[in-house]
Amino acid sequence: MKLKTLFNKATAALLAVPFLPALAHAFQMPEARRADYNGMTPHAHWDTVWHETMLDITIIGVVFSLITIWFMIKYKRKGHGERGKLPKLSGQAKIGWVVLPCMLFLGDDLYLFALGWDLHNQYREPPANAYEVKVTANQFSWTYEYPNGVETYGELKVPVGKPVVLRMLSEDVLHSHYMNRYRVTEDVMPGRVTYQWFMPDQLGESVVTCREYCGSGHSNMYGTVTAMPQSDWDSWMASEVASISPDGGTATDVAAATDQPSAERILGGKS
Amino acid sequence: MSGFMGHEPNGIPGWPKTVKEWVFTVDHKVIGVWYLIGAVASFLVAGAAATLMRIELGSVGPNITEDGNVYNLWLTMHGAVMILGFQIPALLGFFANWAVPIMVGAKDMAFPRVNAMSVWLLWSGILIALANLVIPDSFNGMWTGYPPYSTTDMAGNTALYSFVVIVLGMSSVFGAVNLACTVAFMRAKGMGWFQMNMTVWCVFTANIIQLIFVPVLAASVLLLSLDRYLGFGFYNPEVGGDVLLYQNLFWFYSHPAVYVILLPFMGVIFEIFAASARNMIFNYKMTVWAVISFIPISADVWVHHAYVAGLPNWLRMLMTFTTLLISLPFGLLMLSLTGTLYRGAIRYTGPMYWALCAFFMLVIGALTGIPNALTAVDYGISDSYVIMSHFHYVMAVSGGMAIFAGVFFWFPKLTGRICHEGMTKLSAILWFVGMNIVMGPLYFAGIEGMPRRYMDYQMFADNATITSAQYWSTIGVYVTAAGVILMLVAWFHGMFAGKKVGGNPWGAESLEFTATAVVPGQGNFPTPVIVDENWHPYNYTENNPKPRFEPHPGTSAAH
Repeated sequence: MKLKTLFNKATAALLAVPFLPALAHAFQMPEARRADYNGMTPHAHWDTVWHETMLDITIIGVVFSLITIWFMIKYKRKGHGERGKLPKLSGQAKIGWVVLPCMLFLGDDLYLFALGWDLHNQYREPPANAYEVKVTANQFSWTYEYPNGVETYGELKVPVGKPVVLRMLSEDVLHSHYMNRYRVTEDVMPGRVTYQWFMPDQLGESVVTCREYCGSGHSNMYGTVTAMPQSDWDSWMASEVASISPDGGTATDVAAATDQPSAERILGGKS
Repeated sequence: MSGFMGHEPNGIPGWPKTVKEWVFTVDHKVIGVWYLIGAVASFLVAGAAATLMRIELGSVGPNITEDGNVYNLWLTMHGAVMILGFQIPALLGFFANWAVPIMVGAKDMAFPRVNAMSVWLLWSGILIALANLVIPDSFNGMWTGYPPYSTTDMAGNTALYSFVVIVLGMSSVFGAVNLACTVAFMRAKGMGWFQMNMTVWCVFTANIIQLIFVPVLAASVLLLSLDRYLGFGFYNPEVGGDVLLYQNLFWFYSHPAVYVILLPFMGVIFEIFAASARNMIFNYKMTVWAVISFIPISADVWVHHAYVAGLPNWLRMLMTFTTLLISLPFGLLMLSLTGTLYRGAIRYTGPMYWALCAFFMLVIGALTGIPNALTAVDYGISDSYVIMSHFHYVMAVSGGMAIFAGVFFWFPKLTGRICHEGMTKLSAILWFVGMNIVMGPLYFAGIEGMPRRYMDYQMFADNATITSAQYWSTIGVYVTAAGVILMLVAWFHGMFAGKKVGGNPWGAESLEFTATAVVPGQGNFPTPVIVDENWHPYNYTENNPKPRFEPHPGTSAAH
């Protein structure tokens, strides 16, 4: 009698099991990485979450498949007329075989959910000091408009080491702006401004594609995002400004475009 | 008991003999076969479209066509026909019609004429959908038909899209009411709710989901045509509409539709596992509750199709959680499948090969869904080959293999003959290997950033992972195609030259194998069937009480 009560209490305590990994994660969580993300860019953060998720599902899949394969081999029919010998479950065992696996699944779910929430917050809260570029999508190209009115088509050029936020609107149908290196996608549509931000932390060019079906030229709606050294970017911007205004660019235009906190300050401890 | 609506069962086994009887039939089994023929025809058309696309994608640059509209037409037809013409009709048409009434011991569906109307609505829907291949302004807005694209002239004939979806939706709703009534009110005497086959439970639940959600889909596509042709503007922001309204309405139906497909095909796997392992379904009652719990959960997850669509952040996080919750009932179903093998006496028959392949594909498909459920991870892989590979593992490969497993499993009841065992097993292996070569590498191409619905990928031409994945994937299609051809050969061979077998070649315990003629005739059972309270369709482990029959009205035993 007493043992049974104890057993029931222990079973009830097991209900807390799923919350343990989530709590453990919450306590281990580094300081908020939002405004200046202590050196971890959203895409690097994405990679860690991705690898943990992949590891998680691989372990579950392999263990589950191995158990099944073991059953498949061990319980092959030996002779004609043999029957299965699945034991009859008691009432408690029936409930147990629901509650315990569910707690296990829920524990894993909550753990992944906590990981994902953390990353989600980073993705959806652009740093206050981010450089803002307006993106206009139409069939089948991307237009990037910089704060000083300079426009580029199909290629986004940004200085390295500065967070960039894109404010996006479509002129015709749905599109989706995906930056391969920065692991970020957000749909672009008429009637609503959507946003995404990224941290160009390495020099070089990477691919931008459209990821929402938009018509016959959907596969041609791709471009590049280039992270340039600050000095190169400054001179590029100056030449762009010069090319749009007939009397040559003014210093204030370039200053307006580059009036952003320096890379060192944003990156904080990371050089 | 008099027959319903003049449909008096004559109890003579076998199929109708004349074309007229086949066409004007109200017999649920003949209607089921009509569904199967429609489904297999749709599968072949949509499969051909898939093959064309794979050849096009086999290498960088145009291989068959340079015209985006042509490719997009294949893509649209592949998605729409596979889901609306193959999966749902095969599962909720063929299995639901042919197997469920016999499994519950009914002599036919509750409304046989409505049933005939459902199948002919389906056939009209399929034929109109196929007309899309030949009309000049064919619809190319994908099976999802997202506005604003689908409300422009570029998308082609939006009316055809709306019409086909509504016609097929009507077919589904009629079928769902019919089947729900059959299961609820026409079970054999003595058969309790927890003495029904898993297939019955899964199809029943799937039909309840259809009843709740199909009207939403019908409304969403109807508004699309109203927008396009009558200038209403429900989805047009210029006149106060919202493009996201469509995505919310569409996925409010179309995610539950995934379970409309998933549950019945898992039901078929349960059937074959239990009969082959000669074992009780592990934790049967709780598994049934897990099936039922899909109804409320499936209603709450639609936003995971629109994580990157610009919906509010809190909604994305909420739906991440509800989406992850699906792992609970789903995990229980998988556990129950494995548990059914535990201490079994497994006999590796042809259908069991197919069912096991479907099971392992489902393990891969289900687990690769977990990263997609996490909103933040989805930002990196949304609408890429990752999601494409994931849902093909679940729906196309596992679902397709389970459907064909079921066809092989009930083949002896359809024809009185059995398919050649070697051909059955070899075609299963070809499918399994072939589809893994098709879909496996594409998962890694997706991680590298390959977007779905692209007809070319010159922007990734220097990415060796993507180009070699595309190359191998195309090779895999040929292996799968060999599997499909062998499967068809096995069916035709089995139909005309297969070994004649008795009514119960797998030694199953459910009514369609134990209480009917080899090929059941109209009315299914000679007289109404009665089952004992200890009778169970999966009672393999002890002596199952034999189903009994009511005495014939004319005999002296009648009381």
